[in-house]
Amino acid sequence: MLRTLTLTAALGLGLLASGVPAPVQAAGEAHVEDFDFSFEGPFGSYDQMQLQRGLQVFTEICAACHGLHYVSYRNLSDEGGPGLPEDQMRAYADQYEVWDPTLLDGEGDYRPATPADKFFNSSLSNAPDLSLMAKARAGFHGPYGTGLSQLFNGMGGPEYIASLMVGYEEEPECALDGPVMDGYYNTAFANGGFSPTCIDENGKHMVPGSWIAMPQPLYGDDVDYADGHSTELHHVAEDVSAFLMWAAEPKLVARKQAGLTGVLFLTVLSVLLYLTNKWIWAPVKHPKKS
Amino acid sequence: MAGIPHDHYEPKSGGEKWLHSRLPIVGLLYDTLFIPTPKNLNWMWIWGIVLTFTLVMQIATGVVLVMHYTPHVDMAFASVEHIMRDVNGGHMIRYFHQNGASLFFVAVYLHMFRSLYYGSYKAPREVTWVIGILMFVLMMGTAFMGYVLPWGQMSFHGTAVITGLFGAIPFIGESIQTWLLGASAVGQPALNRFFSLHYLLPFVLLGLTIVHIWAFHTTGNNNPTGVEVRRTSKEEAQKDTLPFWPYFVIKDLFALAIILAVFMAIVGFMPNYLGHPDNYITANPLATPSHIVPEWYFLPFYAILRAFTADVWVVMLVDWISFGIIDAKFFGVLAMFGAIIVMALAPWLDTSSVRSGRYRPMFKWWFALLVVDFIVLMWVGAMPAEGIYPYISLIGSAYWFGYFLILLPLLGVIEKPTTPPSTIEADFNDHYGDTAVKGGSAAPTPAE
Repeated sequence: MLRTLTLTAALGLGLLASGVPAPVQAAGEAHVEDFDFSFEGPFGSYDQMQLQRGLQVFTEICAACHGLHYVSYRNLSDEGGPGLPEDQMRAYADQYEVWDPTLLDGEGDYRPATPADKFFNSSLSNAPDLSLMAKARAGFHGPYGTGLSQLFNGMGGPEYIASLMVGYEEEPECALDGPVMDGYYNTAFANGGFSPTCIDENGKHMVPGSWIAMPQPLYGDDVDYADGHSTELHHVAEDVSAFLMWAAEPKLVARKQAGLTGVLFLTVLSVLLYLTNKWIWAPVKHPKKS
Repeated sequence: MAGIPHDHYEPKSGGEKWLHSRLPIVGLLYDTLFIPTPKNLNWMWIWGIVLTFTLVMQIATGVVLVMHYTPHVDMAFASVEHIMRDVNGGHMIRYFHQNGASLFFVAVYLHMFRSLYYGSYKAPREVTWVIGILMFVLMMGTAFMGYVLPWGQMSFHGTAVITGLFGAIPFIGESIQTWLLGASAVGQPALNRFFSLHYLLPFVLLGLTIVHIWAFHTTGNNNPTGVEVRRTSKEEAQKDTLPFWPYFVIKDLFALAIILAVFMAIVGFMPNYLGHPDNYITANPLATPSHIVPEWYFLPFYAILRAFTADVWVVMLVDWISFGIIDAKFFGVLAMFGAIIVMALAPWLDTSSVRSGRYRPMFKWWFALLVVDFIVLMWVGAMPAEGIYPYISLIGSAYWFGYFLILLPLLGVIEKPTTPPSTIEADFNDHYGDTAVKGGSAAPTPAE
């Protein structure tokens, strides 16, 4: 049960961030950038190198607080995913310890993780698990949004996560006159506390985003990439978002392939059935004049 | 079993005769498959097959999902993730099942509006229609309970809101709510019973599907003209009809293949488009989502539920007359269920002598407005209950009731319908008039 609470602390974040009883308005505008991910569109697939870089960012930075507990270590070797060689995957799992209740005659003890084990849980009680974050945050356009930008621009959870990573800014000027806000100002985060002095007389937010409890995790040059890829903030944010998308939807590529096969098969079947139908009905619709 | 005269199954070999005299099951299947069907059915008559297919698909995928699902508040969410990640093909089966619910409702709404336009609900098909409405209600119940099973945020809080509706019933509401949930709040007992019912109800639906088909096979299909098949003799009936196999089976399968291609594209490329992202967060009783929105297929009725607020004069009046027993909340609940009940009563509310909307010049426009109304209600159901939206819901809801309770009875009296073709054959030949045999199509056939 406690696990459940930890997991969903994300929703509580908004409340946590607003220590002062400032009007919490989820309807505030948030700025989400359209990143160009390799897995967008019907033919898109994960970029293996990007997922490996994202894993590195997750491991070195996010994992300090956040867990990933629906993903198994063995998944890191999955085809279409990060595709780590088996020895590297085993070595990765070996870094972590898991509680095994069967050890020491049932007393339980810690042992190094094996590929079959799941990733660790969040170590910080109000840091949500990130396994499904990319899917759980796909609705950044608000529950009333039509989802059309999601549909046509391929914008979804990973865009939101990347925008959140690059969305930390200095507090806007309007907030300086108001109460001291808990948390950090972020232009992509819509559900947090909001400074009452940044709301105009019509109740409209004058600046995008709101205040989030999580301090800025990425600044650029946070990691050293082995493949020499740029470590600018934008790139690091994009990589870790791609990795989290994979963590949330590891079967995305298989699913798109199945979808494509299915659509092609059914299209051919429709054509055949159309012709059959026409052929069967022809004598009824157009009887030969005798 | 059909009222339309046609050839029946004749057992030929000794074995067939032996079985037929003991259990005429082959004859039953034969009569069902070769049932005389009006030959002028248009493309709106395909949704029945789509619905039957979807029901079977939902049962088949559901049975597999149950093999891997755990109905426990601490494990349900994780077991769904287990299906999505570790079960062979599990992600496809789950997405089929999840989006299958949407396909089901797209098809059922089109099926119902087809009946409403062509007057399929009118005598002698009232029983078919009422059973259909019953199936629709069961479908909504099944879909709602299925949505609870992944135990995400929307599952949990949606259940709290919907079962809360029953709490609005005066005097006995709270007891009913507790009885439904098996506890005073949504929790393990609710999950267990919803799981059990979500498995049971589809089989009840399957049974009702058979009754539904039985009913309209007895009366014969309606058709776009609303003119009955001539049934004085087999020869005459054959002029108006064709056997279901192969003519309509192949036609329906063609339509089904196209619909499934679209469905496959949605499952393959955007399986979460119709879902709510919050349901990928484990249920947490302590954190209520800022906006609880039902799935799209419930939105029109959800809009009607929310439309009748305490400041609407009708609500105030009823509240006053009933000495406060029917307050705004209970009124909303009554309105939501009433919106479905008035549909069930349509056969007795519609006074028109003509069945098909095609020959009803005024009805046509009011029907079109009803379709628009339905879409507007769906849209406004997703909007927050503030600003102009409650007024739109109220107007939309008022029209929904007005259509069934005022317009349907009134139009039959004031409207002057045009003359439908005398026979289905005439309609068919008019449509394919270029090359078809023209005889008797344009000229009115002599009185039967």
